[in-house]
Amino acid sequence: MLVLLVTLLGMSVQAQDKNEVKKNKNAKYEISVNGNCGICKKRIETAAYSVKGVKSAQWHQDHHDMHLILDENKCSIDDVHKAVAKAGHDTDKVKAEDDVYDKLHGCCQYERL
Amino acid sequence: MRKIFLLLLLCVSFAQAQETISGKVLDEQNLPLPGAVVNWLNTTVAASTLQDGTFKIPYSAENTKLVISYLGYVSDTLTVTSPSAVINHKMKPAKSSELNEVVVEKERKSLERSQVKAANVSTMGSKELLKAACCNIAESFETNPSIDVSFSDALTGSRQIKMLGLTSPYLMITEENIPAVRGASQAFGLSFVPGTWVESIQITKGAGPVVNGYESISGQINYELLKPVNDIPFFLNAYGSTDSRFELNTHFNKKLSDKWSSSLFLHGNARVSKNDMNNDGFLDNPLGKQINVMNRWQYTDAEKGWVSFINFRYMRDEKQTGEIDFDPDTDKFTNHHWGSEINTDKLDISTKLGYVFPDMPYQSIGLQTAFNWHKQDSYFGFSTYEINQKSFYSNLIFNSIITNTLNKFATGINVTYDNYGEYVNALDYSRIDNSVGAFFEYTYDNTNDFSIVLGGRFDVHNRLGAFVTPRLHLRYNPWEKGTFRLSAGRGKRAANIFAENQSLFGSSRALNVINGGGKVYGLNPEIAWNYGVSFIQNFTVFGKNTEFVVDFYRTDFQNQAVVDLFASPQQALFYNLDGKSYANSLQVELNYEITHHFNIRTAYKYYDIKTQYTTGMQERPLQAKHRFFTNLAYETHIVEGGRQWKFDFTYNLMGKQRLPYTGSNPAGEQMGNYSPSFSLMNAQITRTFSSVFEAYAGAENLGNYQQNKAILGANDPFGQYFDSSIIYAPVFGQMYYAGIRFKIK
Repeated sequence: MLVLLVTLLGMSVQAQDKNEVKKNKNAKYEISVNGNCGICKKRIETAAYSVKGVKSAQWHQDHHDMHLILDENKCSIDDVHKAVAKAGHDTDKVKAEDDVYDKLHGCCQYERL
Repeated sequence: MRKIFLLLLLCVSFAQAQETISGKVLDEQNLPLPGAVVNWLNTTVAASTLQDGTFKIPYSAENTKLVISYLGYVSDTLTVTSPSAVINHKMKPAKSSELNEVVVEKERKSLERSQVKAANVSTMGSKELLKAACCNIAESFETNPSIDVSFSDALTGSRQIKMLGLTSPYLMITEENIPAVRGASQAFGLSFVPGTWVESIQITKGAGPVVNGYESISGQINYELLKPVNDIPFFLNAYGSTDSRFELNTHFNKKLSDKWSSSLFLHGNARVSKNDMNNDGFLDNPLGKQINVMNRWQYTDAEKGWVSFINFRYMRDEKQTGEIDFDPDTDKFTNHHWGSEINTDKLDISTKLGYVFPDMPYQSIGLQTAFNWHKQDSYFGFSTYEINQKSFYSNLIFNSIITNTLNKFATGINVTYDNYGEYVNALDYSRIDNSVGAFFEYTYDNTNDFSIVLGGRFDVHNRLGAFVTPRLHLRYNPWEKGTFRLSAGRGKRAANIFAENQSLFGSSRALNVINGGGKVYGLNPEIAWNYGVSFIQNFTVFGKNTEFVVDFYRTDFQNQAVVDLFASPQQALFYNLDGKSYANSLQVELNYEITHHFNIRTAYKYYDIKTQYTTGMQERPLQAKHRFFTNLAYETHIVEGGRQWKFDFTYNLMGKQRLPYTGSNPAGEQMGNYSPSFSLMNAQITRTFSSVFEAYAGAENLGNYQQNKAILGANDPFGQYFDSSIIYAPVFGQMYYAGIRFKIK
């Protein structure tokens, strides 16, 4: 009887664990990405889309924010930060390498914070 | 410059173990400012204001400077010395920190070409629609070089439109993406939609999308009606012209709740007196009256992602034409005088229901349904023509993405049912058509310089059989502001030979269908491929925007219901194409902004349209090979109170047009092989007195060009030479009009 109870308890704990592991397939994020112009927009969005699991990425030139929808089973928001920074654009979490930034198109030389 | 008053109300919460400061941020109008950022200077401790402008932020003694910032407002730093202090703070804009207002002037063009869409789509906004004299959308394309408007024949008084040199039956015409002008309504369809009801028109050249059906061959015209949710409470338009046509449009709109809104459109028009400018004893344009009523309902729940439209519409249109002395009461079906009456009733009910998944804005599902009833009773001298059509259409569309929004798709199924009751001189041509189809359209867009749309559909139709319709659109930007496009696609349709060629009833031609064993009037379905390339380059000349467009389209008919007016002036033959039939169209367009608010649009068009008739390869009649178009538009700056002047001038040069064969008629009843070339000028002036009231006046055909001999055999309309269907130029001549628009916003 006790064994059975323990087993059942164990199972329910496992089930709970599974629920916790279940990640959002359509997780919404809003991150801040520095940039200036339409060329930046294309570069930023292309970089975001290069991350597998990113379903939708829209960068807004006026607010410098990017609206993202991503599948958390396939990637994390940090992957997006890294990918965008790698393309030369500072995010609110990851800064771009200086030499990558320096190589950006003239109109994309945004003011770095 | 913005006056900024940021009112901060701070109060302290003693109840909590950890001390927090809460407050409220207001904007200059004392309205709560949500989303403002509140943080302690040089720390990461931050909070943002909620919907009601309130915020809470942890307090600790070492932080004394609280920063409040919001885009477009001047950030302010407050000193908080004690958590218990109640601070009433009012910020004033410091001169040095005033925002320099940057005015970005970008006028929305009244005719816009997309640089990102894969298909060659141009959009005519409401501003462009107002350039036309009058009054229904068939007439609204006069300032658009992509669409040619033919001259109304004296019989129907309605104007046929052409794209790529092909008449409107080869176009898919949709009302908010539901096929609208088709079947029985082909001849008049667009003249049954009042221009004031229309918000915008999208014109797709070449192969259209597969989502709306398989019938489009040379292009698609979609018109969007005014949306109840955006509509103004009251609109009135009155119009009158020297050809004694009067129109009245009134719109009422009411927002019933935050989700429901409704519009009621009332339209009436009448031509009250008889015109015969060329003294041939026949009316130049029909007498007529029309009432047209539409009630639209819109339901929008943005939060949950639902949107729905429900439309009810009824129209009654009456026309009378023929000889001036014709009186229907005494002369109908007699040979006293030749005359004709065309009465049409139309009832439409359509619904749309759309759902956007709230957590997936790129995924949606939509259902369109439409029920239409169209009934035309008419007679032309001794001939009678009756057609009524009951139609049902339904389309279920699912839009989503594959892995990401670079890869989109639309898929769905649709059903059409058409019940035609058609009688030509009591000969019964009634039939029922139905079809079921499924479609899939894939779009790839790299968000940069390339996109492609691949579409296909499979349909099973009781007369057209089972068939596949492929369509392709491709866009590439090889360099900045240069757009290259390519399209190809197949279209298939059943030609409604009588409804589409009603003007032939206004002649003594015998209508003969040469049975080819097909399922539609004994004819085979029409099948055509359309291929096109286009290139657009935008650049600046002397600092002004310039647009250069060149496009070439070819339509190749595999089968066509050929309308042969070359065999004999006393006959119109309908038969299956045996040989080649094609339409080549080249358009070169140059648009330039001469000065601010002053634009010129020019276009040259070349058409090479030939069909294999029994008498040999011939040019398609009533189609100019060369056309030149220019439109000048000037408007003054809008001054205080919304006052403004607008001027518009359009010039059209029409090359000679091939005419139907009349060579075997007696010398006086011939028209020759070609029409002369001629030019036409239209002008319009609009004066906006305020945002409430404006008046306009204009002239059509300023040069007063007239087709002198519009009707063959006019002296003996019951004789064998009578023909009123060969109209290549305006019959009426110079026409002046004026109107007013009154809006309550």
